[in-house]
Amino acid sequence: MKMEGQVRIPSGCAISAVISREGKKISGDIITNSMKPMHDRSNGLGGGFAGYGIYPDYKDFYALHMFFNSRDTRKTCEAFLKERFEIVQSEIIPTHKIPAIKNEPIIWRYFVAPLRSVMSSLQLEEKEFVAKCVIRINDEMPGAYVFSSGKNMGTFKAVGYPEDVGLFYRLEDYKGYSWTAHGRYPTNTPGWWGGAHPFTLLDYSIVHNGEISSYDANRRFVEMFGYKCTLQTDTEVITYIMDYLLRVQELTLEEAASVIAAPFWSTISAKSDLEDKKKHIFLRTMFPSLLVTGPFSIVFGFNGGLMALNDRLKLRSMVVGEKDDKVFISSEEAAIRTMEPNAENIWYPAGGEPVIIKVKEGAF
Amino acid sequence: MEIIDAKTLDYKAINEALRRSDDACTIQNCCGQRFLASGMSQKDLTIYGIPGNALGAYLNNAAITVYGNGQDAVGDTMNEGQILIHGNIGDAAGYAMRGGKIYVKGNAGYRAGIHMKEYKEKKPLMIIGGYAGSFLGEYQAGGVIIVLGLSRNKKRIVGNFPCTGMHGGKIFLRDDCHDIKFPEQVTARPASREDLDELREYLSDFCSAFNYQIDDLLSAPFTVITPDSKNPYKQMYVAN
Repeated sequence: MKMEGQVRIPSGCAISAVISREGKKISGDIITNSMKPMHDRSNGLGGGFAGYGIYPDYKDFYALHMFFNSRDTRKTCEAFLKERFEIVQSEIIPTHKIPAIKNEPIIWRYFVAPLRSVMSSLQLEEKEFVAKCVIRINDEMPGAYVFSSGKNMGTFKAVGYPEDVGLFYRLEDYKGYSWTAHGRYPTNTPGWWGGAHPFTLLDYSIVHNGEISSYDANRRFVEMFGYKCTLQTDTEVITYIMDYLLRVQELTLEEAASVIAAPFWSTISAKSDLEDKKKHIFLRTMFPSLLVTGPFSIVFGFNGGLMALNDRLKLRSMVVGEKDDKVFISSEEAAIRTMEPNAENIWYPAGGEPVIIKVKEGAF
Repeated sequence: MEIIDAKTLDYKAINEALRRSDDACTIQNCCGQRFLASGMSQKDLTIYGIPGNALGAYLNNAAITVYGNGQDAVGDTMNEGQILIHGNIGDAAGYAMRGGKIYVKGNAGYRAGIHMKEYKEKKPLMIIGGYAGSFLGEYQAGGVIIVLGLSRNKKRIVGNFPCTGMHGGKIFLRDDCHDIKFPEQVTARPASREDLDELREYLSDFCSAFNYQIDDLLSAPFTVITPDSKNPYKQMYVAN
């Protein structure tokens, strides 16, 4: 079977998301159902979800969700983890056996805390340490793949239609203050479990509809800073770009959006707010290699919020709606209406205009 | 009048039901089913809910009324007929449309009227009651697009890069357009008396469908945009 990277994948895809600004818990079956009216945007070769606030009992521990191809790989990987982390819980991720989802790998989760002694000997800050361990497993340990590594959040993905993947992972048993979802349409590859969206690092996750023509330029740049694009799918690189801009460079979400979906120079030069103009010139000059070109609509998830963003030419669709404390984002309004028939303020964000929704302070 | 409950039906089943019926049809509980009424002629269709992408694609003289919002690519490559939307629409409405009419009460997303064209007696018309997103009339080759900018709360009547690649047809914007930058290959000018007479004709069905007074709509300044044949379109995407 060809892995991704050996073949090119133009994709169609569907995305969907919901968040409660009050931090109220939303059951996972709502996001599963939202994907049903968009069934035809996927072709059964990948579906996935990210839920935030789903592990309140283990909220201080990193939740590592992993695929293994064999028991031996799992044992080797556990030995690697035990040298670096305290493992407080280790278990199979519960699934429903359904005919639509076949050939699953071993799907495991660990709740872990990094060992202080190891971190201090390496002189690494906690998040950097965890990120480095995740990148190392994905890069150097064949048959083992960390597909989720944040605190109090988790991603669930598989080969299949998204509504089946949601059922398979029993998302109705989880409650989160925000959810994102993805249905995949890779047209000329078998697709595989690790290649489904969301793509994550720490608590950052990306679901993406589109195709990035700047992938290689972006990849070469982030790999200078220790990231490894092990899957060679375009979406993966956006996750690392966001991690680099937000966690390492400490940019705001708005600034990061202006880097990856930078306005045209002509749009910048027409700006009348001089401070804003100066900032955009600075960002385009500082991070030219992180401009993401080609069509994309993404939802970026993080602890406490979501950000939706389109490419600057808006070559993919995106709709936003609201109802009470909830905000809904999707490729199609039909998905929003499935989650909330009475959604209000339906609007279409402009290309390059980030939509940022945060859960109120202290509610997550 | 035949009523079709779309709740448990996919687009194929709905379209089959539409084709089977000789009567006017009403679809209820529509939620994202694509390609509705595509290629159909002589059909009177009313939709409650949210029709999916490519509503009325290749439409061949049918009349569709939607009580709700449309999604992307409404009237894709439509040939004849009328689509009336009592709400907003998504991106790329009237893509390569070559005849018929699309009337939208609310706003349009990006690329409304992209590659619209006309030939002899075929002259498509698209009227948007609210505002339009960027790239309005991109590569427009013919036909007429009117944007009225009603109830838009100080938002610009059209986004960035309108008329990029426009080389035929005509656009009317109900605004003086002082803050809108048009490309070099088009001419934007205030509407003349002849233009307003032309507009009056275009707007009459829209006004009766959505209860507007034509004189109210014509009381504001209009800008007319047409391609300048002496300075044809060259490029957009390469030098950014």
